[in-house]
Amino acid sequence: MLKIRNIDAFYGNIHALKNISMDIEKGEIISLIGANGAGKSTTLMTICGVVPARGGEITFEGTAINNMATDKIVALGINQVPEGRHIFPYLTVMENLDMGAFLRSDARGIKQDMDYIFTLFPRLAERRNQAGGTLSGGEQQMLAISRAIMTRPRLLLLDEPSLGLAPIVTRQIFEIIKKINQENKTTIFLVEQNANLALHISDRGYVMETGSITMTDTGRNLLANEDVKKAYLGI
Amino acid sequence: MDLEYFFQLFLGGLTRGSIYALIALGYTMVYGIIQLINFAHGEIYMIGAFTGLIVSSVLTMVGMPIPAVVILAAMAAIIYSCSYGYTMEKIAYKPLRKAPRLSALISAIGMSLFLQNYVLLAQTSDFLPFPSLIPDFDFWEPYAHIITSPELVIIMTTVVVMILLTFLIKFTKIGKAMRATSQDKMMAALLGINVDKVISVTFIVGSATAAIGGILIASHIGQINFYMGFIAGIKAFVAAVLGGIGSIPGAVLGALVLGWTESFFAGYISSDYEDVFAFLFLVLILIFRPSGILGRSETQKV
Repeated sequence: MLKIRNIDAFYGNIHALKNISMDIEKGEIISLIGANGAGKSTTLMTICGVVPARGGEITFEGTAINNMATDKIVALGINQVPEGRHIFPYLTVMENLDMGAFLRSDARGIKQDMDYIFTLFPRLAERRNQAGGTLSGGEQQMLAISRAIMTRPRLLLLDEPSLGLAPIVTRQIFEIIKKINQENKTTIFLVEQNANLALHISDRGYVMETGSITMTDTGRNLLANEDVKKAYLGI
Repeated sequence: MDLEYFFQLFLGGLTRGSIYALIALGYTMVYGIIQLINFAHGEIYMIGAFTGLIVSSVLTMVGMPIPAVVILAAMAAIIYSCSYGYTMEKIAYKPLRKAPRLSALISAIGMSLFLQNYVLLAQTSDFLPFPSLIPDFDFWEPYAHIITSPELVIIMTTVVVMILLTFLIKFTKIGKAMRATSQDKMMAALLGINVDKVISVTFIVGSATAAIGGILIASHIGQINFYMGFIAGIKAFVAAVLGGIGSIPGAVLGALVLGWTESFFAGYISSDYEDVFAFLFLVLILIFRPSGILGRSETQKV
């Protein structure tokens, strides 16, 4: 579905991604784990065209996307929930969801998805007319994921969905991620510092260190791998 | 205290404030979306007035009835100003979007000087008489000593523009996209919003309201010249800052407060010093509310 071939990326003079190659197949949950500053978020931003890719190629279902504008890439069916959630603080919960449906014009489908979201997250239904910036961290994460669902993505990129959340909320969020993958057949690319949680729900995983991919295997094998255990699972 | 005099000043201030508001909207909307003080915005308003004058003169010469002249001249002015606003953004601001903010600001000042001199060369440096496009309505005759028909039209037009604009910003898809873009450009793009297009639309909407303001005031005051955009631009800018730059209701409120301040000080104290009072008032408000009357404070939840 998504093929990344020999991509480099730079932040100013910092060589943030070094010759990265990855493959994501349709219907999978893939996770990318690694320490702070390893280049995980940059990878997602490069896929979405926010950070320009130098050299190499990124293709999504056969279309080269590495020189496209962000909004065009999104229109192909890729959506990202960036780190820090990026809720529009002065738009209401409903308006934030409306923005998720910006590229859609099927009024009935939009309504259906909104109802689905409100059954998934009753808290958001209660606060539908409240400004996004007034929600708690957990509610904002729910809203960010819901807004992504509204785009009906075929590939959903999630950056640190557990960041700053209470364990119980994190578990709920991960349940939902699995549900989106199973029910909507959405392919999911997950970036997480909580490697244990991420690898448990993933089909496959990649490990990243200072801008390079150092390891790739199934989620189960990575969880059992001694190096991964020592470096990322704290065992 | 003479109540009728008070009302005259009140309505005079309201008229002035309405004009300031039409121009201030463009400042505040552009600032809201790309954090740029578009110093050339006053020139868009001036170009609107000039286009209005040229088109209405030609149409009057060929013997068109007045209402048709007004509508066609206004439409021409809006279209012309919008295309200037659109082009200006593409030439002078878009290439500098990732540059330090000061660069775009200097580019804006350059644009302002360029447009002034362009009109000076293409037209004239003299004051040109502007026909009074808005007639005195007969039915309004009994109230004309309090507020004249043109003033009434100015206020009503402003109200209608405000209502349309509120509807646009609050309820339409592009309006919501404008707000989203102003709050978080990267996220807007990540949801498939074409940020460049949204910024262009913002410039076009701001230019349209400025053109309407330009025609209304030119017809009210009766003369225009290439320099008229400067002082009106400064006043509207003050209004936008007063209300809280970036806030649309703030721009309208700031414009009305400025209009009334000028009108009352000129009426009760001295008209020689109305600008002094206006700016004094700005300083006072900013001392107590640095982000303007309706401005958002800078603290934000991260």
